[in-house]
Amino acid sequence: MKKSKFSLLLVLTLVFSLFLTACSSGKDNTEEKPADKDDATGEEVANVPQELRMLDSSEIPTMDTVLAEGSTSFTYINNVGEGLYRLDQDHKPVPALAEGAPEISDDQTVYTFKLRDSKWSNGEPVTAHDFVFAWQRAIDPATASPYGPYMMGGKIKNAEKITELGAAKKPYDVKELGVKALDDKTLEVTLEKPVVYWEDLFAFPTFYPQNQKFVEEKGEAFASNAENLLYNGPFKMEKWEGTDATEWVLVKNPDYHSADKVTLEKITVNVVKDSNSAVNAFEAGETDMTGLLSSDIVPSYEGDDRMLSWMEPTVFWIKLNQKNKALANENIRRAIATGFNKEDLANSILNNGSVAANYFVPKDFVKGPNGEDFREKHGDLIVFNAEEAKKSWEAGLKELGVDKLELRYLGGDTEAAKKTDAYIKNQLETNLPGLTIKLESVPFAVRLERDNAMDYDLQFAGWGPDYGNALSFTDLWITNGGSNRMGYANPEYDKLIKAAQGELATDPAKNWEAQQEAERIMLEEDAGLAPVYQRAANILLNKKVKGLAIYNYGPDYSFQWVTIGEEE
Amino acid sequence: MGKYLAKRILFMFLTLFIIASITFFLMKIIPGTPFASAAKLPPAQLEIMKAKYGLDQPVPVQYAKYIGNLLQGDLGISFQFNNTPVSDLMFKRLGPSMQLGAQAMVFGTIIGVLLGIFAALRQNTWVDYSATFIAVLGKAVPNFVFAGLLQYFIAVKLGWFPVLFWKGFEYTILPTIALSIFPIAISARFMRTEMIDVLGSDYILLAKAKGASFFEIAIKHALRNALIPLVTVLGPLAISLMTGSLVVEKIFAIPGLGEQFVKSITVNDYPVIMGTTILFAALFVVIILVVDILYGIIDPRIRLSGGKK
Repeated sequence: MKKSKFSLLLVLTLVFSLFLTACSSGKDNTEEKPADKDDATGEEVANVPQELRMLDSSEIPTMDTVLAEGSTSFTYINNVGEGLYRLDQDHKPVPALAEGAPEISDDQTVYTFKLRDSKWSNGEPVTAHDFVFAWQRAIDPATASPYGPYMMGGKIKNAEKITELGAAKKPYDVKELGVKALDDKTLEVTLEKPVVYWEDLFAFPTFYPQNQKFVEEKGEAFASNAENLLYNGPFKMEKWEGTDATEWVLVKNPDYHSADKVTLEKITVNVVKDSNSAVNAFEAGETDMTGLLSSDIVPSYEGDDRMLSWMEPTVFWIKLNQKNKALANENIRRAIATGFNKEDLANSILNNGSVAANYFVPKDFVKGPNGEDFREKHGDLIVFNAEEAKKSWEAGLKELGVDKLELRYLGGDTEAAKKTDAYIKNQLETNLPGLTIKLESVPFAVRLERDNAMDYDLQFAGWGPDYGNALSFTDLWITNGGSNRMGYANPEYDKLIKAAQGELATDPAKNWEAQQEAERIMLEEDAGLAPVYQRAANILLNKKVKGLAIYNYGPDYSFQWVTIGEEE
Repeated sequence: MGKYLAKRILFMFLTLFIIASITFFLMKIIPGTPFASAAKLPPAQLEIMKAKYGLDQPVPVQYAKYIGNLLQGDLGISFQFNNTPVSDLMFKRLGPSMQLGAQAMVFGTIIGVLLGIFAALRQNTWVDYSATFIAVLGKAVPNFVFAGLLQYFIAVKLGWFPVLFWKGFEYTILPTIALSIFPIAISARFMRTEMIDVLGSDYILLAKAKGASFFEIAIKHALRNALIPLVTVLGPLAISLMTGSLVVEKIFAIPGLGEQFVKSITVNDYPVIMGTTILFAALFVVIILVVDILYGIIDPRIRLSGGKK
């Protein structure tokens, strides 16, 4: 009797564990075969399989062009879709679905595009109506797209108006948006005012077309997996089970209008969130390309030609909340902005190729009408100088009539962020006697909310551009600008930037100068911001992979020109 | 027994309801925006997005709506995984986590119990010391160190197993071993202590006096009584293993629940936080019930329904 009860326990335990094993494993084992089955053909040296195996560090949050808001989404949307323009291999926007350059009205606000013949993956032609539908959907408050209003507001006619009406719960009409189909092949876009970077705008995934019939037919299921999407780009998705999928496969789209120029046949992507694991997979030959390497790994690949490094146009800075009485004082701001050693931070703490930033418009980002980098004219606008910082500090304290200050410092909660913040705190407290910094390490979501509410004194933050013009950075600091959120206000600055956004849109040389001057005023004269560093990016890439296009904004990469050479 | 079970199940639902309610209000207290692009959006657009997800309503109204939907089995739609129902998300991810956890649990318990028994039977010999050493190591070394070492040496250097991913049984072996270190340590330590305790008790002495064989004493008398405290620990441990390990899943790139749950909290993905909490809580209360029933089976002296009628 006792024996039987004991064996019953054993049996129960076994059955329970078997049951759990069975109900969970069945699915994964049957459908998920290792991706590269046809690797065997790789034996033939003359005929290298045109297949790229790569790792990404995140799932694709959405493939709906209208709802996309992050670089992972933009990357795959860009590779399976296409808009009026497309970034080429050298990062220049060139006509794509647009047949050549558009006809532009004299006041540079009305653009008339002729569309080339092209097809959706279900065989239907891509028409001007597809653009109208997608853009209206993106601005429609009912869609609640984040990037629709962000990319269109103030640029496409009436976009802002529709958003304002929607927010106030008043009736609105998306048909008022400045986009019209004159016929199947002609699209007319009306801008609020001239936009100097219009080519970038029309290359951005938010402005891609969508097939109305397909989207409406699918309803809620639209863009929920590979089958519920249409493609018109160089590739199409063969496998993608949805936003939480950790593996997806892109194959060449034979119906793409320039399919003859695409060599790569297949891209298999797997999600690996741990940088060390990605490197292990790369070293074991299980993948050809990793995601961005975390900075602790970078030094060990220094000088290894499998590591690909480049400067990203992403700048990190300390926002100085000028609603705070102490930070409203220019001397105090200058003391903070010049009071910590950024070179040491970049070289010793980050140690991944990132460089100290004495500016807020990054280098290697945009070139002016004279062919010069934006940074050529005013390279360094606000540099570290402990002595000068101390002088400014003492002058500032005197003006405020105090002998010490406590400031809250809002920073991130990752290990890397904490290290950086601790270093800056230590530097500032050492160089500026009487300063106490209270570190507040919070998750990203919390920092965003407190940025919105301007609930901070100092805030460590970063910014990457969405289009290839310095305005992507300079328009941040307009008085009461949407992303200013630190109370910086200078009418002179506003005047220059408003001009660059407006009447100077048609005068590239003056526009360029206005923005350079504005940046100088903001940093050199006002010490309105404390720039810290410009970030470097590093990945591991198998040397047989050629022709990978790396982008500074919107999508991360384009695979359209990739070819796979012989193993080296 | 039937009446007892009915009562327990009723309390289970009550517990779940209370957990769901507390979590909902706690979650609303956490600061932070659920919108990733919040730094870029104009205030009007933020208003529109809040209205779309019902976040512009007062919290009690949101709560009532949530509970209403919950009762109909609707867990809502994830914010971070656009347009994806939370239930789809959870159940797809639960599979790998549960399989991995169950494998680690079974493997870890068997090895741990054996280690514990040997250690107790050969107390203060090298067998005992090595078993104790393994147990201490398993408890002291964090599993991400262990997972990283396994991945690097066994998969990358020796090439015996795949480095990462979740595409078949061979992919599960290294993560299972990495995750089983903890149950091995726990069961070995418990088993050793309990066995030593039991082996010194009077009824074992009696059994010995009656001439029972060494094997009979160890298995039939000692093991069974020593198992009781272990079962208490193993229930909750099983749940914590099967609901996903953040670290092991991340290192081996396993599409499980652990990483997803943690991320949902940091990005304020409210529906996913709620869904996952309710799921974990449900698993817990079920396991606690199972453990209580197991007690009675292992040791008939423990009665569930408070004595015979």
